[in-house]
Amino acid sequence: MDRFRDKIIPVLTILMGIVIAWYIGAYALNAPFQRDLDRRAGETPTTYEFVVKTMTQPKPTLPAPHQVASNFFENTFLRKVSSARSLVYHAGVTLASTLSGFALGTLLGILIAVGIVHVTTLDRSLMPWIITSQTIPILALAPMIIVVLAAVGITGLIPKALISTYLSFFPVAVGMVKGLRSPETMHLDLMHTYNASKAETFWKLRLPASVPFLFASMKVAVAASLVGAIIGELPTGAVAGIGAKLLSGSYYSQTIDMFSALVAGAVVAALLVTLVGVAGKLVERAMGARPA
Amino acid sequence: MTRVYHNWQALAVLVLVASSALSLPLMSGLPSGGSTAIIMISLIAGALAAMATQLSLPRLAVLAVAPHLAAWLLLAQAGQAPGQATASFWVLLAASWLLAWRLASSLSAIKARTRGVDLALRLIIPTLFGVWILLLWEAIVIGAGIPFVLLPPPSAVAARFANSLPVLAADVNQTIFKSVLIGYVLGCSTGFLAAIVADRFVFIRRGLLPVGNMVSALPIIGIAPIMVMWFGFDWHSKAAVVVVMTFFPMLVNTGAGLAADGHMERDLMRTYASGYWQTLAKLRLPAAMPFIFNALKINSTLALIGAIVAEFFGTPVVGMGFRISTEVGRMNVDMVWAEIAVAALAGSVFYGVIALAERAITFWHPSVRGG
Repeated sequence: MDRFRDKIIPVLTILMGIVIAWYIGAYALNAPFQRDLDRRAGETPTTYEFVVKTMTQPKPTLPAPHQVASNFFENTFLRKVSSARSLVYHAGVTLASTLSGFALGTLLGILIAVGIVHVTTLDRSLMPWIITSQTIPILALAPMIIVVLAAVGITGLIPKALISTYLSFFPVAVGMVKGLRSPETMHLDLMHTYNASKAETFWKLRLPASVPFLFASMKVAVAASLVGAIIGELPTGAVAGIGAKLLSGSYYSQTIDMFSALVAGAVVAALLVTLVGVAGKLVERAMGARPA
Repeated sequence: MTRVYHNWQALAVLVLVASSALSLPLMSGLPSGGSTAIIMISLIAGALAAMATQLSLPRLAVLAVAPHLAAWLLLAQAGQAPGQATASFWVLLAASWLLAWRLASSLSAIKARTRGVDLALRLIIPTLFGVWILLLWEAIVIGAGIPFVLLPPPSAVAARFANSLPVLAADVNQTIFKSVLIGYVLGCSTGFLAAIVADRFVFIRRGLLPVGNMVSALPIIGIAPIMVMWFGFDWHSKAAVVVVMTFFPMLVNTGAGLAADGHMERDLMRTYASGYWQTLAKLRLPAAMPFIFNALKINSTLALIGAIVAEFFGTPVVGMGFRISTEVGRMNVDMVWAEIAVAALAGSVFYGVIALAERAITFWHPSVRGG
């Protein structure tokens, strides 16, 4: 019962508040255009009719929540998955490059972290650059990567996955360096008294100790690689994917479509982050961690 | 055995230099002359200097000069006949890189006794790494004759950078000083205020923080086209994107920071009979500062990304995102790289300023005191 009172009710209240604010915003933003329309048509609707009209425009400035919801429902569940109008299809395209980029980025991040922890030269020369690379708005590179790779004939999944890789390797590398260094001196000394080699210390102490750090940073990385995939779809000229859906929506002022594409992106992000979190819990439990 | 282990780079360099003599000249069609000899001699000298477990200062000096002299001469050779590099060019390039690696590893093995030396080493080693990335990039692009469109050499990017300063300055003014800074200040301050409100009312905190946590994982950048539609092409729409992107990290981090003070300290404030606002101003906000600065740092990058990406959806004919997307379309990749260099510089300066402010404000924190 406590959980219900302390968590669910406040969150639901805030979400309700957001929806109400959204409706009010939709009325406020759509009203001027609707007033204009009515004036030209010579209509004088009652207040109630007017409010309804602001919520049912085909290309509203801010679509009302129910418009977005019905558009999202229609494009997700009522269309064939292979159809170009299906959000499932677009989300699938984005998901493919997100996941391949994420897998590559995680692998790269782990490798870099292992190198940094074991080679002093790498630690002192590469680590500052990894930190600096974080301060660089790297997404600015995205259009160039796409266009330049297209110029040499590489299109489709790979360029987008590369952008995702770039965005996702950083959190993993930093988190893994922290994780691989997390064993205390006591434990390292114990391994030393066992006459363990460097490799044995790595596999039996450092790697298991780094798993919680790995999953925490993978959560950040998967969100970042989704952003990378969405941005990577922009300069290709709106072919397929959530980013392409956003771009074509902005070309034709299809605000409702844009919002449902955003919702689709949010759903994919939430799913991915949750999945990584659940996977992390399962792995930690399999390794014998007790629930805190 | 340890001698070999410590000096394998030097041994490899000798082997490489010897094998490069088999396939001279460096550039096909270019006679090998004095500079080829100087390259090989300096590499051998560097390798001989590196043949020791502990490097003395004169040996280190030779090792510092040799690879860079060799690389510089190699670049000069490559510049005379671009795209004509033979196997021996690559072998010698690899040899100079190995020597530079040996230099970096012997520099990182030095245990600094004074703070000045330590700081100098901290700067020199990463700089060496950066310089060699640029050197290898330049040598590979010119030596292998990689098409300009695919990857311009750093020298061309630098030349373009120097030649188009007014354009770059106008872009920085539009993107950084209008969109980013205004959006950043607005987004961070509203996020901060929302966190204070959430802290004041338990109910709001319980509802808002989980929602904020979830939203910060979402691809918020996707609202860029909608904001452009609402607020027009000028900087207002970019600032709006930046506001939304920076709001949630600030809210979540400040929320976490306000929960970071200890019970003991709070009890102490209670015995002083201090009210909510006094406790907030004198204990809890200072205690939350590391978290707040963390959010400010995260947001500095997010703000730049938000503003640049939002410009891909429509701008007046100025701005960094605009320049990148149009110059990519015209295949002026050197201009794109120059613009990316500007963005990198701006990002680092932005981050650096915040990091300095953090050191000044959280001077009491263990990580700053170095205790």
